Amino acid sequence: MTSISERRLEQRPPLEKIMDTVFLWAARISALAIAGVLIWIITLVFIQALPAIGQFGLGFLFKSTWNPVRDEYGILTPIYGTIVSSLIALLISVPIGLGVSIVLSEDYLPTQIQRILVFLVELLAAIPSVVYGLWGVFVLIPFLREITPLKGPSMLPAALILSVMILPTISAIARDALINVDIGVRQAAVGLGATRWETILLVILPAASSGIIGGIMLALGRALGETMAVTMLIGNSNQLNVSLFQPSNTISSLLANQFAEASGLQVSALMYAALVLAIITLVVNMLAQIVVTQLQKI
Amino acid sequence: MLSSEDTINQTQAVLNAENVDIYYGDFLALKGIYMEIPKNKVTAFIGPSGCGKSTLLRCYNRLNDLIPVFKLNGKITYHGQNLYDQDVDPVQVRRRIGMVFQKPNPFPKSIYENITFGAKINGFKGDFDQLVEESLRGAALWEEVKDKLKQNGMSISGGQQQRLCIARTIALKPDVILMDEPCAALDPISTLKVEELIHQLKEEYTIIIVTHNMQQAARVADYTGFFNVRVTEEGKRQGYLAEHDLTEVIFQNPKEEATKQYVSGRFG
Repeated sequence: MTSISERRLEQRPPLEKIMDTVFLWAARISALAIAGVLIWIITLVFIQALPAIGQFGLGFLFKSTWNPVRDEYGILTPIYGTIVSSLIALLISVPIGLGVSIVLSEDYLPTQIQRILVFLVELLAAIPSVVYGLWGVFVLIPFLREITPLKGPSMLPAALILSVMILPTISAIARDALINVDIGVRQAAVGLGATRWETILLVILPAASSGIIGGIMLALGRALGETMAVTMLIGNSNQLNVSLFQPSNTISSLLANQFAEASGLQVSALMYAALVLAIITLVVNMLAQIVVTQLQKI
Repeated sequence: MLSSEDTINQTQAVLNAENVDIYYGDFLALKGIYMEIPKNKVTAFIGPSGCGKSTLLRCYNRLNDLIPVFKLNGKITYHGQNLYDQDVDPVQVRRRIGMVFQKPNPFPKSIYENITFGAKINGFKGDFDQLVEESLRGAALWEEVKDKLKQNGMSISGGQQQRLCIARTIALKPDVILMDEPCAALDPISTLKVEELIHQLKEEYTIIIVTHNMQQAARVADYTGFFNVRVTEEGKRQGYLAEHDLTEVIFQNPKEEATKQYVSGRFG
């Protein structure tokens, strides 16, 4: 028997080395593929949008005509509708979502009931958007007609449906952020004589703020791009109307409604609109990143 | 000559446990505690893991209320008032009886806000700048952080964080400070600083410190309670207070054989 110090260190088997290399390259290619797909899509959209960009320039963003007969296009109304419907949805679902996340992250409820509620909230995200749309058409709009001056599909029901659709995103992510706040921080606050509300509002929420904001931005991204339910409810009118009870349009609804019959310059105009939507969403995501990193620094 | 027990009784008791049993659900974790905590002294709780010394510590400011299955029988009085009476508000208890935790846990806020947090929720109307300076000086941290009060409390070293937590506690001007293994996560130099600080703090405060470090108990404590564990008939581990006396008695001339073995490092 040789002692352990006399034995040479064994080499790794060649097969293991090859496996390592294969794994490394598989990972690299996968990562590049994601970036590649994104760039490919944006480039193709951009190329197809070029004729419309040349024809209308930036004026495309500030005109509210959409006239395939005369080939005159502008997307002021859809841009306005996209942003307003999303902001109204956030206005409604942020406070509710935060409330839900606080209740579901504290110990107000028995564990069993809490677990069921968490599951139900997450289930909201699993309902297909066409089902939301259908519910909006046959339940929400008739209901709103009873209690508001609303006549039919318009901005209000679209924004309301959006708020329900993004609620699970906000509450699930905010709840995770709240639960992940270090227990020591909570004990410190309680130990200093903070009541439960003071602990939640002054310590736990600020400590979880970067996660919460991240969730809100993700929800906003979803609201900006949501197509099916909104298209069924918003009325798809390109006339600019500030009233929430009047039909409006969003960029994604415009695309969904028009692409089938479009030809020539209209296709190019739709691609231009798609490019604008992609840029809006991209900017929102980048802002979210910046806000989150800033908050984490504090 | 007075026996050591007389000395305890002669000093004014701030906290007094009378026949305290502590349950987690049906499980009796700590049984039959009688213990007086004298004013402006440092009392150390020592004993093997699982003897319930931290559990008892957290009873003094009702922090165990956060645990749903926790139950306490018996009485813990604070200047004669039972802390577990129905009409006692635990929030008020914690404003008088502060706590420093095992792991430094500053708020993810600035050093300044860490200190002012307690004062703000108490409706403090005085000068915040003065309060911050006083508290940080009281915790022997002022010189090290006076130029970075706006920095995040979590950006300073572990030892500084723990002194920040002590500063945050004394900013409330409490009566009693509970310390749950305050040096467990600190290096030896930081530990020494915190121990020096404890010596200064007992001029104004009554301090209870839980520690696994027997040298530390010997260095900082005036009185020491040795908690031990026995195994019940059902095979469960149950804590009890084995001996409570002046620190030098516990370390040099204990009455109980178990205490002697523990402090000489033969078990635990």
